[in-house]
Amino acid sequence: MDFNLTEDRRMVLDTLSRYLQDQYPVEHRIKVAYDAPFHDPSKWSELANLGLFSALADESVGGFGGTGFDIAVIFEALGKALNCEPVLPLVMASRLLGFAGRDQHALLEGVENYAVAISEPDAPYELSHINCIATSEHRLSGRKSAVYGGQIAKTFLVAAKAGNILNLYQVDAHQAEVISYGLIDGGGAAEVLLDDTPAELLIENAVHALSDAVNAGIVALCSEAVGLMTVSYDMTVDYLRQRKQFGRPIGSFQALQHRAVDMLTEIEQARSITIKAAAELDGAQASRYASMAKNLIGRASRLVAEEAIQLHGGIAMTWEYPVSHFAKRLVMLDHQLGDTDYHLSKIIDGLASDLSNHNAA
Amino acid sequence: MDLNFTDQERAFQSEVQTFLADNLPDDIAAKVRLGDGLTKDMMDLWHSILNAKGWLATTWTKAFGGPGWTPVQKHIFEEECCRAYAPRIVPFGLNMLGPVLQKFGTAEQQESILPRILSGEDWWCQGYSEPGAGSDLASLKTRAIREGDEYIINGQKTWTTLGQHANKIFCLVRTSSEGKPQEGISFVLVDLDTPGIEMRPIRLIEGGHEVNEVFFTDVRVPVSNLVGEENKGWTIAKFLLSHERTGIAGVGFSMQALEEVKSLAHTIRRGAKRLIDDPLFAARLAKVEIDLEAMKITNLRMLFQAQKQGAPGPETSMLKIKGTVINQELRDLARRALGPLAAPFPGHVSDGNILFGPADTAFNAARYFNNRKTSIFGGSNEIQRNILTKTMLEL
Repeated sequence: MDFNLTEDRRMVLDTLSRYLQDQYPVEHRIKVAYDAPFHDPSKWSELANLGLFSALADESVGGFGGTGFDIAVIFEALGKALNCEPVLPLVMASRLLGFAGRDQHALLEGVENYAVAISEPDAPYELSHINCIATSEHRLSGRKSAVYGGQIAKTFLVAAKAGNILNLYQVDAHQAEVISYGLIDGGGAAEVLLDDTPAELLIENAVHALSDAVNAGIVALCSEAVGLMTVSYDMTVDYLRQRKQFGRPIGSFQALQHRAVDMLTEIEQARSITIKAAAELDGAQASRYASMAKNLIGRASRLVAEEAIQLHGGIAMTWEYPVSHFAKRLVMLDHQLGDTDYHLSKIIDGLASDLSNHNAA
Repeated sequence: MDLNFTDQERAFQSEVQTFLADNLPDDIAAKVRLGDGLTKDMMDLWHSILNAKGWLATTWTKAFGGPGWTPVQKHIFEEECCRAYAPRIVPFGLNMLGPVLQKFGTAEQQESILPRILSGEDWWCQGYSEPGAGSDLASLKTRAIREGDEYIINGQKTWTTLGQHANKIFCLVRTSSEGKPQEGISFVLVDLDTPGIEMRPIRLIEGGHEVNEVFFTDVRVPVSNLVGEENKGWTIAKFLLSHERTGIAGVGFSMQALEEVKSLAHTIRRGAKRLIDDPLFAARLAKVEIDLEAMKITNLRMLFQAQKQGAPGPETSMLKIKGTVINQELRDLARRALGPLAAPFPGHVSDGNILFGPADTAFNAARYFNNRKTSIFGGSNEIQRNILTKTMLEL
C-alpha cells in the first residue's frame, strides 16, 4: 500500500500549483469568473501549454495520464485555487472522444473547446430520462440545460435517443441555439436548444461511454471539492486564531473548536472516498464508487461551506472575503453530475439488488 | 387548552385579510414572492399604505399612534402579511428607534422625531456593529468626545442595513473608557447629512447590496441628540434587542418557503415522475414540515407567555435558533429542487427566466446563500445559545 504520489504526478502537481499560485490567484479568479466569458482565455491557453490537459488524457489518445489519480491530483489543485476554467468538460470530452476513436489533439492543446451536453430540464442527472431525440439519422431536437463550459464551446457532445437507444452525437455550436450565462458560483454554462439541428453520430449505444465520462467527471468534482474544503477549513481555523471577541481569540471557545474538528473529520472522510472512487475509475465498480463519493462529498461540502460561513460570522457573507466564493462553489457543485440524493438512490438500488441476490441464494 | 383564536381574534384576522387583498399592490407582492429586491419607492409606498390605515407602528403604544394591538393580534397581522407576500416592514425607525424614544426619549425628541418616522420623511438606519465589535458589541470603539454642546464622533460602523436609503442613523458610541465596557456607551442620533460621514456599500455573497459600512470623521452632533443619559446607552441597546422579540422565529417566512418548495416539488420533473415522488426529497420536505408545525406552536406558546408576563423571556432565543435553522433548511430545499437550473447567476438572466426553469425560481440559489445571514445577525445562534446557557441552564 502506498498513498504517496508517484514522481510524475508530483511534478505535474508542483508545476500546476506554482502556476496557479503565481499566475492565477484567487483574487484574479474572482475578477474573471463572473463576467463574460466567465473564465480567462489567456490563462486557458497557458494551462494547455503547461501540458495540463494532456496529463488528464490517456496515452492512447495522445495524453500522458488520464487515470483516476491523475484527475484527482489535478482537480484538487484546481479546487484549492477556486479555478473556474472549464477543465471538467475537457476531461469528459476527452474520454468520450477516446471511445469514439476521434483525434483529440486540438482539444488537449486547448485550441478547440468541447462541452458535454447531457443534462436536461426534466432529466438533470439520470441518463435513462434523457428526452433529446434524433429526428433523423443526422438531426437532433431537444434542450440541453446547464451545459458547463458551453459558453466557449465550439463543439457539443450531445447525448440523445434514437428510438430507445442512447447515442452520442457531435453538434457544431454554430448550428445550435446557444444561450450563454454566468453561474452563481462563477464560471459559465449554456442552454443548448436543438431544433432539427444537424448532428454527427459519434457513438452508437453510448451508455457505457457516457457513464465512464460521468464517473470521471465525478472524480474531478469530488477532488475539486476536497481542495475547496481544505482551503475553507484552513481559512476558518486561521480566523478562529486571529479574531478576538470578549478579549480573547474566538478559537478559544470550545463550542467553536468542536465544530472545526467536525469539519476536519468530514474533509478526511471526503478525501478518502474520493481516493477510492479515483482508484476504481477504470474498474467494473466505477459507478458504484463514484456514487458513494458524490453523495459523501455533497454532504461534507454543504457542512463545510455552511460552517465556514457561520464560524467566520458576517465577514464570510461578503463578496470581498474569498470564503464566500469557496462556499458558493462547494454548495453548487452538488448541482452537477448528480446531487446527494440522486447518488444515494443509486446506492440504495444497489442494496436492494444485493438483497434480492441474497434471497435468491 | 385551546389552540383556536377567539371570535374577536378571528374577526380581526379576516379584517386583515380583506385589507391586504384590497390594498397590497400586485407588483410588490410579486417581487416579494420572487425574492427580488424591492425598490425604495416600493418600500415607501407600502409604508404609506399601512400608515394611512394606522397599522404601521404595530410596536408603538396607542398614545404615540400605534394600533394598540395585543401580542396575538400582532402575530395574526404578521402571519397574514407573510401569507399575502407583503413586504417586511423596515424595522429600524418603527420597531427599534420608536419604542426606544417612547421609553427613554425626551418629550421634545418624541414630538420632533416620531411623526417623521410615521410619515416616512425620515428613514433611520442602525449604527451598532463595528468591524471589531460583532458578537461582542460592548467592545465598540467609535468615540464621541464632548466639546461644549457638541459631540465629536470618530470611528466606523458596519452591517448597516439599507443605509443607502437612510437620512438618519442611531448609533452606539463610546463616551467613556472608565469601568466595564458596557458602562461607557451612549445612544446618539445622527443626521447622515452631517459633514464627515461616508457610507460605502458592502456587496454580499450572492452579489446584492443591502448592507453598508459607515465611516465617521470628526462628525459634530449636538448634545441634544443624546437619547437617555450619557454612558447609559447599553441599557437602551439591551431594551432595543429584547423588545423586538415577537416574530423572531420567522414562522410566516418559513410558511411561505414551505409552500414554495411544495409547489416546486409538484412541478419539477425527474424523468416521468414529479420530484415529490422521489422518496429522498419527500423525506427532507416532510421532516422540515414537522419541525415547522411544532415551531408554530412553540412560537404561540412563547407569545402566550409573553402576553401573560408582559414581556418576552430569554427562552425566545430558542425561537431564533430553531426558526432560522428551519428557514435555512427550506431555502436549501428550494435550491436543491431545481437541480442544475439553480445554477445561473440571477443578474445574468434577464429574459423572464422562463427558459431556465419555473419563472419564479430565478433567485432560489441566491436566496439560499443570502439567508445564511439569519443565523449570524441579530445575535448569532452561538450568542443565543450562550444566553440560554446562562438563563435557562443557569450554568
